[in-house]
Amino acid sequence: MSAVADTHAQDHHHGPASGISRWLLTTNHKDIGTMYLIFSFTMFLLGGTMAMVIRAELFQPGLQIVQPEFFNQMTTMHGLIMVFGAVMPAFVGLANWMIPLMIGAPDMALPRMNNWSFWLLPCAFLILVSTLFMEGGAPNFGWTFYAPLSTTYGPPSTTFFIFAIHIMGVSSIMGAINVIATVLNMRAPGMTLMKMPMFVWTWLITAFLLIAVMPVLAGVVTMMLMDINFGTSFFNAAGGGDPVLFQHVFWFFGHPEVYIMILPAFGAISHIIPAFSRKRLFGYASMVYAVGAIALLSFLVWAHHMFTVGVPVAGQLFFMYATLLIAVPTGVKVFNWVATMFRGSLTFEAPMLFAIAFVILFSIGGFSGLMLAIAPADFQYHDTYFVVAHFHYVLVPGAIFGIFASAYFWLPKWTGHMYDETLAKTHFWLSFIGMNLAFFPMHFLGLAGMPRRIPDYALQFADFNMVSSVGAFMFGSTQLLFLLIVVKCARGGEKAPANPWDGAEGLSGKYPHRRPTTPFPLPQK
Amino acid sequence: MAEQPAHKPAPPRSNARVIRWCLAGVVGMFAFGFALVPLYDVFCDITGINGKTSGRYESTEASAVDMNRTVKVQFLAQNGPDMPWVFRPVLRSVEVHPGEATTVNFYAENPTDRDMVGQAVPSLSPSEGTLYFHKTECFCFNQQPLAAGQNTKMPLVFIVDQDLPSHITKLTLSYTLYDQGEPQVALTNTTIIDNG
Repeated sequence: MSAVADTHAQDHHHGPASGISRWLLTTNHKDIGTMYLIFSFTMFLLGGTMAMVIRAELFQPGLQIVQPEFFNQMTTMHGLIMVFGAVMPAFVGLANWMIPLMIGAPDMALPRMNNWSFWLLPCAFLILVSTLFMEGGAPNFGWTFYAPLSTTYGPPSTTFFIFAIHIMGVSSIMGAINVIATVLNMRAPGMTLMKMPMFVWTWLITAFLLIAVMPVLAGVVTMMLMDINFGTSFFNAAGGGDPVLFQHVFWFFGHPEVYIMILPAFGAISHIIPAFSRKRLFGYASMVYAVGAIALLSFLVWAHHMFTVGVPVAGQLFFMYATLLIAVPTGVKVFNWVATMFRGSLTFEAPMLFAIAFVILFSIGGFSGLMLAIAPADFQYHDTYFVVAHFHYVLVPGAIFGIFASAYFWLPKWTGHMYDETLAKTHFWLSFIGMNLAFFPMHFLGLAGMPRRIPDYALQFADFNMVSSVGAFMFGSTQLLFLLIVVKCARGGEKAPANPWDGAEGLSGKYPHRRPTTPFPLPQK
Repeated sequence: MAEQPAHKPAPPRSNARVIRWCLAGVVGMFAFGFALVPLYDVFCDITGINGKTSGRYESTEASAVDMNRTVKVQFLAQNGPDMPWVFRPVLRSVEVHPGEATTVNFYAENPTDRDMVGQAVPSLSPSEGTLYFHKTECFCFNQQPLAAGQNTKMPLVFIVDQDLPSHITKLTLSYTLYDQGEPQVALTNTTIIDNG
């Protein structure tokens, strides 16, 4: 049967429904993309508020604002909300908006499932956030929820946390299936795989990663659920289980998850840098193969997160070398971005500023990752602020700056208006300075031995922590400016041409701006 | 995706087919997550890397004792959470020759006023030596019932293998004793206390 024609036949578009049901019942990829992005930004502000609580407590040594129990809940919820609520949905939102436009499809392949996968997310996060108000408090065992901290010693709300993870996992898997079906089945005639835009490529690979590891996450939380409620002993040493097993299964999910959060940003940056360099992307094929290589290697490196739990020397060597190997394809990508800019006709609008900051700061995060990958050195760095600095350097200027760059790059396409360039550049510079102030001192704190996830610290760490907190408040409050810019852009402003960036290539620039609920015509055979 | 039969003129791919493959992947990976549990146990059993010593060792032949080499074996005993028993090795450490069977005892006392059952879980360090540490008799093979106020000496008979890598000169065997609740009738018959 012809799925493309079927999808079209089911699309009874007679204009959008009115009121709330337009958003509840929509099957339009643009509406759903918009909802994903709004949801993601809401979660970004919520998770950011928790980060502000953390940094306020760490502004000075000693306990001032919150109790250690609540501090632990804040670090846990901040991590969970940022990973599963802010970064991942933002990329699904970008995928919803841009993949059909980029491959010339009228909509996503499975529009109803698309609606469902979005609306599961608010339900999941309602459950997760409600644990803050439950007896015993929210989960307090860190976003990695290591057993037995999360099983034997977890708060009663852990079961709700598990349920929330299940729901958001289902949502992610459905989103991934949708992307795969769209990309494989609905490309415009003549668009072979090796002609696909990089963002589509990175998302296709990300979708396969999601299909491969989200079920493992679902499995590990299911084992936790059974340990907590049904008396099994997967991770309980007293019953013959092994807590170390938890870490193996968790990081088998966890490491590919890291690439799930960065690969779509790689793709978006691979559009933005050529557009503002007015050159074609350097080394397209090597970019595709590099992303594939990173995705494959991501399954072979999980134990570098757990060198200190007692991995035999042979295992440490294997995981160390496998991890160091990831620097090769990543280096290829960074080289290609720089080579794209080389002798280009560069201009520095907000998307380009974020993209260049992405390349530089993500590389710093990559280098600290290489330091952590070296097994003998990792024993020193493990669970210190050096790790916190490392993953914030890859996630904030990596994933988050990638999302900001994408948002500014595609806002004209989404709204039909240009955003306010001056405000956007202000947003960039304040974010850039704030982010570096917040996270760079953490490198020094970690090397000096400050442990992570502790609400208090020794006096010698006071100055760097104060700098870090000031930077964090700066970065956090700046994001309200982003909200203002987006709202302003959505409400009006200078009309954007169909292709607002003169260096940009691809199908999406060929379409005029339409009312967001109008489907694009089917590709002509 | 598999290629389409040649006689059909470029049929569009079916979404249902993609969904089926993806769902198969999802179900497979969910099952794989659970399969990791026995795989991990088997892997650790073969390599000994998590320090879990294996079950009862049946020596097939009277092994030669390597009198030229001495290995120090240290014993640790600790209680799991909320375990009120007194639990300690009678000897802190012994010097043994590889190949000789050695018997040591652990002292356990139930100071509470209720009958209890304990289960000891062993762990050997360095884990590299796990494969070369054989227990022919161990209280950890069974649950240990102990009546209120009673104490007992629990035996362990072990052999350090002659093939123990030469750079290992010291092994540390640690037992953690976990509370298994009230004794059940069936279990009280399997007791192996009252030895030495």
